[in-house]
Amino acid sequence: MRNATEQDFDEIVMKNAKPVLVDFWAPWCGPCKALAPTLEELAEEYADEMDIVKVNIDENPKLAERFAVRGIPLLLIVKEGAETARAFGTMSRSRLDAFVDANVGGA
Amino acid sequence: MRMPEVNDDSASDIRHSKVLIIGSGPAGYTAGVYAARAALSPRLIEGPQPGGQLTITTEVENWPGDESVLGPDLMARMGEQVRKAGVDVVSDLIVEVDLTRTPFLAIGDGGTRYTADTIVVTTGASARWLGLESETRFRGRGVSACATCDGFFYRGRVCAVVGGGNTAVEEALYLTNFAEKVYLIHRRDTLRADRTNQARLHANPKIEMIWNAEVAEVLGDDMGVTGVALRDTRDGTASELAVHGLFVAIGHDPATSLFKGQLHMDDEGYILVTPGSTATSVPGVFAAGDVQDKLFRQAVTSAGMGCMAALEAERYLAGHNTHAIAAEGAESGTLV
Repeated sequence: MRNATEQDFDEIVMKNAKPVLVDFWAPWCGPCKALAPTLEELAEEYADEMDIVKVNIDENPKLAERFAVRGIPLLLIVKEGAETARAFGTMSRSRLDAFVDANVGGA
Repeated sequence: MRMPEVNDDSASDIRHSKVLIIGSGPAGYTAGVYAARAALSPRLIEGPQPGGQLTITTEVENWPGDESVLGPDLMARMGEQVRKAGVDVVSDLIVEVDLTRTPFLAIGDGGTRYTADTIVVTTGASARWLGLESETRFRGRGVSACATCDGFFYRGRVCAVVGGGNTAVEEALYLTNFAEKVYLIHRRDTLRADRTNQARLHANPKIEMIWNAEVAEVLGDDMGVTGVALRDTRDGTASELAVHGLFVAIGHDPATSLFKGQLHMDDEGYILVTPGSTATSVPGVFAAGDVQDKLFRQAVTSAGMGCMAALEAERYLAGHNTHAIAAEGAESGTLV
């Protein structure tokens, strides 16, 4: 998993040829910590289909503002430079799989 | 591919364990450690919020041995401990159980079927919501039940908390670290919060009380919440309040819908257990923590009950019916 900042977000996420799952998180967010291991598993298993990119909103508040983030953990799916789905809060691996499968696959 | 049916154990993805723990708060984790140390190879299903309610708190100052520890850190440590003890921790969400058959059956939301000789229910409690459609629509976009998670996004903004208990007051106080102004909306004209919290509340110039009001609607646009529509609980007068965020703190409900009609519960949905035991109305099913306790609701009492549940499951598996043991104890009235 990569980390994106205000400086390289467009390069890493918006201009990515593959779909990207963006994870908005912060070090003080307990649910974000709880979600992290699941995302790591997912990053390995879905390595061919998509990239997972983490954004620390403490260090990158402008990105939080840009995406109107008002709660974390928040997951966004970005395809070809546009947000196509978002999911809020912690979820089980099975729910996460369903969210990704519904929003990533296909063309 | 055929659809799995409840009474069909020949379906492909079945995982059996002697002890199945559903839930991952202090009760579930403690049950896991005890069951693993009793060589019962337990499996623990994390559920929707791995680590439970403590993961959305800040400092915990009443956990024995830790003068002050962050809730999320404490739960991360417990999670590590159960894994090291050998518990099979699974990230899944149980959507259906059948406690009328042997072994018991629990089905995950991905279709995985878990069978077990005993079940320890530690699904805990979760924040109660107002139940408005607009509230659901704006969840994560200005509607929250966790100030410590989302307070950060309200720096210099105006927000509101709904509720009148300790949680509501603590959320309002916490939000003043970020927000310019915090309204506390309560449907009555007195708070249920304790004296210490009320004193802190009244001493805080950033908090303004809105008495005798309930939230009728959450208002917003594409970017998220912009306000709330209020209704006076005495005369029904409507009004509006411009806020950037709404924090709902109106209490908790036990997470027991999964077991409705299968385990005896009280009228609020708490699972009933034999006094002095964690035994439920179904032999072999035990319940620990907030799911059966509306009195204490502490991390340490939940952990204690988790321990009891694991020990009782162990006895049950060894052929001793805990229900019988509990009843015997009560009848003989032994003094020690």
